[in-house]
Order: sequence, then C-alpha cells, then structure tokens
Amino acid sequence: MTRRTLVVISAGLGQPSSTRLLADQLAAAARDELVRRGAEVEVRTVELREHAHDVVNHLLTGFPSAALREVLATVTGADGLIAVTPIFNASYNGLFKSFFDVLDREALADRPVLIGATGGTARHSLALEHAVRPMFGYLRAAVVPTAVFAAPEDWSGEGDESALRARIRRAGAELAEQVERRPAATGPADPFALTTSFEQLLAGRDPS
Amino acid sequence: MQFGVFTVGDVTVDPTNGRMPSERERIKAMVAIALKAEEVGLDVFATGEHHNPPFVPSSPTTMLGYIAARTERLLLSTATTLITTNDPVKIAEDYAMLQHLADGRVDLMMGRGNTGPVYPWFGQDIRNGIPLAIENYDLLRRLWREDVVDWKGRFRTPLQAFTSTPRPLDGVPPFVWHGSIRSPEIAEQAAYYGDGFFANHIFWPKEHTQRMVGLYRQRFEHYGHGSADQAIVGLGGQVFLRRNSQDAVREFRPYFDNAPVYGHGPSLEEFTRETPLTVGSPQQVIDRTLSFREYVGDYQRQLFLVDHAGLPLKTVLEQLDLLGEEVIPVLRKEFDTLRPAHVPEAPTHASLLAAAGGGTDATVHAVDDVTGKAPEEAR
Repeated sequence: MTRRTLVVISAGLGQPSSTRLLADQLAAAARDELVRRGAEVEVRTVELREHAHDVVNHLLTGFPSAALREVLATVTGADGLIAVTPIFNASYNGLFKSFFDVLDREALADRPVLIGATGGTARHSLALEHAVRPMFGYLRAAVVPTAVFAAPEDWSGEGDESALRARIRRAGAELAEQVERRPAATGPADPFALTTSFEQLLAGRDPS
Repeated sequence: MQFGVFTVGDVTVDPTNGRMPSERERIKAMVAIALKAEEVGLDVFATGEHHNPPFVPSSPTTMLGYIAARTERLLLSTATTLITTNDPVKIAEDYAMLQHLADGRVDLMMGRGNTGPVYPWFGQDIRNGIPLAIENYDLLRRLWREDVVDWKGRFRTPLQAFTSTPRPLDGVPPFVWHGSIRSPEIAEQAAYYGDGFFANHIFWPKEHTQRMVGLYRQRFEHYGHGSADQAIVGLGGQVFLRRNSQDAVREFRPYFDNAPVYGHGPSLEEFTRETPLTVGSPQQVIDRTLSFREYVGDYQRQLFLVDHAGLPLKTVLEQLDLLGEEVIPVLRKEFDTLRPAHVPEAPTHASLLAAAGGGTDATVHAVDDVTGKAPEEAR
C-alpha cells in the first residue's frame, strides 16, 4: 500500500476559524478519495498563526528557527498540499503570503495543490482565481482545477450547503488523483550539495 | 591557533543615545580597534570591504597599510575582499604592495558580496557572482605566481605580456581564505587550490557552518592537499561580554534589538540559541567558543565581531581588554592542547617562505630573469 502525506496549511487567524474548518473538510475529502484508491494517508495540519513570529523573523534574518525549519520540511516533503487562506483586501492574507515567501522557490514544483479560501462575502470568491492561483503558478505547483471558496452563508445553512459539499468532494477527488499520478515525494533538496565539478566551474560552463 | 577581530565598518547610530558617528570617527575607531587588538595580544585584524553607505571601508589596503605602519606583530587581513567586483589585477597589485610595506603580515579572504546594486557600479552583474569569483581568482593566482601573464576570459579585457608589480614579497603570494555562508561552489574552490576556508558563522545557524566546513574538508582531501582534518578552517563569531553575565545581556540588548541585519526580529535569547552569538561572561564566551570545534573539527583561526550595531568605541575597547585578558589566553591553551600534532597552524608568510625553501627577490626588472627578454617580448 502506498503511503501518502497530505499537508494542510491554514492561515486563519480566529479561534475557532472558518478557514481551518474548510481546510479540514478539504483534507478529509482528499484523504477519503486517496484511501478509496488504496493509499495509506497521513494528514498533517499546520496552523500558520502558531508560527507567525517565526515567519516574520525568517523574513528579517534570512533563516528559519528550528521549529519553523521543521514546518518547512514538512511542507516540502508533502505529496499533496491543501492551502487555505482568509481573503483580506481582495487577496490572501499577509501571513499566508509571508509563509510561502520563506518557502524555497523550488519546493512546490509539480506538487499537487488544492487551494481554498474563506471570506466575509461571496463577492470575494474570485480572489482565489486572480490572486491565490497565480502565486502557485509562479511556484510551478500543479494546482487542481477546482478551488473552493466558502462564504458565511455556506456555513449558516442559508445557502445551498449541498453545493459547497459537492465542490469540496470534487476538489478533494481532483487532488487525490494528482497525488496518485505522481511518485512519492522525496523531500527537500539539499542546498549544500555540490552539483558541479570545479573543472566545469573553471571552464565557465553552466553546471546544468 | 590565531585569534582576532573582524569588522564590517558600519556607521550605525548608537540606539541608547541617538548619537551617529561621522565617517571620520568610524574610520579612526577601526584603526584604534586594530591597535588595541595588537596591544591585548590578538593575532589578526580583518576589515570588510564595502562600497555603499552605511559602510566606510571602501579602500582596505589604505587602511591596512596605515595600521601596518603602527603595529609590529598584528596580521592584517580582509573580511572580505570582493573578488567579484574588484579587478583581479588591482587586487594583485594592491596586496603585493601591502605585503612589502607590512613585511609579510598580510593575508586575504575572498568574498562575493551580496548587495545586488553594487555589482553594476563596477560593471558587473550579481547573477554572475560565482563565475566572477572563479574566473577572477584564477587570474589573481596567476598574476602572483607568473611574472608574465597572457590571459583571456569572460569578464575582463584580455592581458598580453602583463606583469603585475610589485611582485609578491620574497616571491611568496599572500595566503588566501575563501569566505562563504552557503555556496558549496566556494567551499569547492577553496579545497581545489588548497586555500583556507572561512565560515562567517555569525547571523546564521551553526548547521550552515557545519555543512560548508564538512564539504570543504572532504574536497580538500579529494584534491590531495592532505587529510580532511588538515584543511585550513577559520570561523567568525559574535560576542559581547562583561565580567557578570546579566550586565552583558542588559547592556547589549538595545544594540541587539536595533541592529542592522537581525534587529527588530528574534529576541536576543532566541538569536543566541539559534546562532553562535554569545552574550555573557568571559567563561560563557570560552565555553561557547570551545564548543565550535565539536562541529567543525580542529580549526586554525577564530575572528570575533565586536564593533557593530552602534557600540561606542570605548565599549569595544573594553571588550578587547576582556578578550585579551580573560578569554584568549584560556582558548589558546585549550585549543592547543586539544589539537593533534598532525593538524597544522594557519599558514603565515614565514611558514610559506620556509615551505618554499627560502625567499627569492622576485623583482621583475625590465628584462625577464628566465628568458632574458623584456616582459613584452617574453611571449
């Protein structure tokens, strides 16, 4: 049985947080689908709020604290990522962006990612498409087609709850399929590994 | 084992009283620190090289030449010499000149410089940082070792029948260290030539230093310069000390909290835990410094940063007194006891001269010694 790790990133600031609630539901949907396809799944959840100071310190000093280093390694070693942010000012919140700013630029290349967001009104929903998806595009992540936005009416029962549930199921299945298609993640590349010979360097040749 | 100080040469406001030193004050303070280093028994003074405010040391050999004239014993070095944006021809000339004036009390540490805008001011591009460091240094070595050089490369105009003058003192080029925080290519470069490798070892977790030094040692052995534990390693370190550890923490905290590079970020306690910064009593500095060899092995040079972040000169000189009286003598004794006999000391002009079988007058007159031709005909 293949072992797979799903890592959930929640940038919600409140406690309890609707962002975390959505993140958990997306993770459950993706996990259930992977299990149905015969994988053994571990889900690891990162509440960015707990690492907020360390993220800012990393921006300022250029290196992660020991605790943040572990979180970054967890994300880098994930087979699939579920990234959920509240929408602030028509975009991801600063904590969400700052976290991905300190992550290695290559860490998510070709990694399946499911994006989700919450907001105070459904009119924020396209922020997923014009802000969150392009950022992961820059990181060359494999973002699944369905992005999931949850507005207050989705939680209150006033809206069509079954519609949100259907979107979550579809998004989770899309992520599971992308994870299944790829070999297990190998973890972070070693930044201190020598990838060239001195003769190549001396000859002015591109090591790649 | 060599002990010394290295300075960045930043002009930074003293956060405790808002006082900003002038450039002149800062330059004179750097000289005073060097003279004090010799007085209290340290071995090395190394200056940074920068070409942008808030830094003053744009002309290291001017400063080191002046210090050479006022000292007897102190080894003069750099931390670092910009091998990327300086013309290697000018480095060859300047530091050979300094060697003569300082009677051989000179070595250099090569670094790339990490400030993007500086590169174009000198006609270069930071994206070529590694290739510049490789090509320029290879040319620099030839200029010191070959009387007449024909050369063509990517980054500088070609040289034809060029002789860099003065020739190195006694025909022996200065020893060179290569500094890098996390570029394995530079550790490889140091290993390839059998030069020294210096890990700045401040502002960053010790794991960087450990990995880089490990790689350098392994490649030093690979290239046949000796066993891995015979490679020539230098480390930085950052300390602030008072006889009483609480006094050190209380006095240093405002400087830490407002420092360039890491200020307004992690707490002093977090940064002390995550990096080699040590703020405390002489004994704490001794214990922490001795612990460095547990992850880099026996090493040859330890330089301390003691004068940045707006610390007043008086305080810095007190730091040097404490280092000279209470810390360095103990470290010297402890490190020497721990180091196995087959691990060498850092090369000096005297040791390189002895290894070369004695000195020669390397002067190149208008006619080449070997070919009997004038340099321009020697091709």
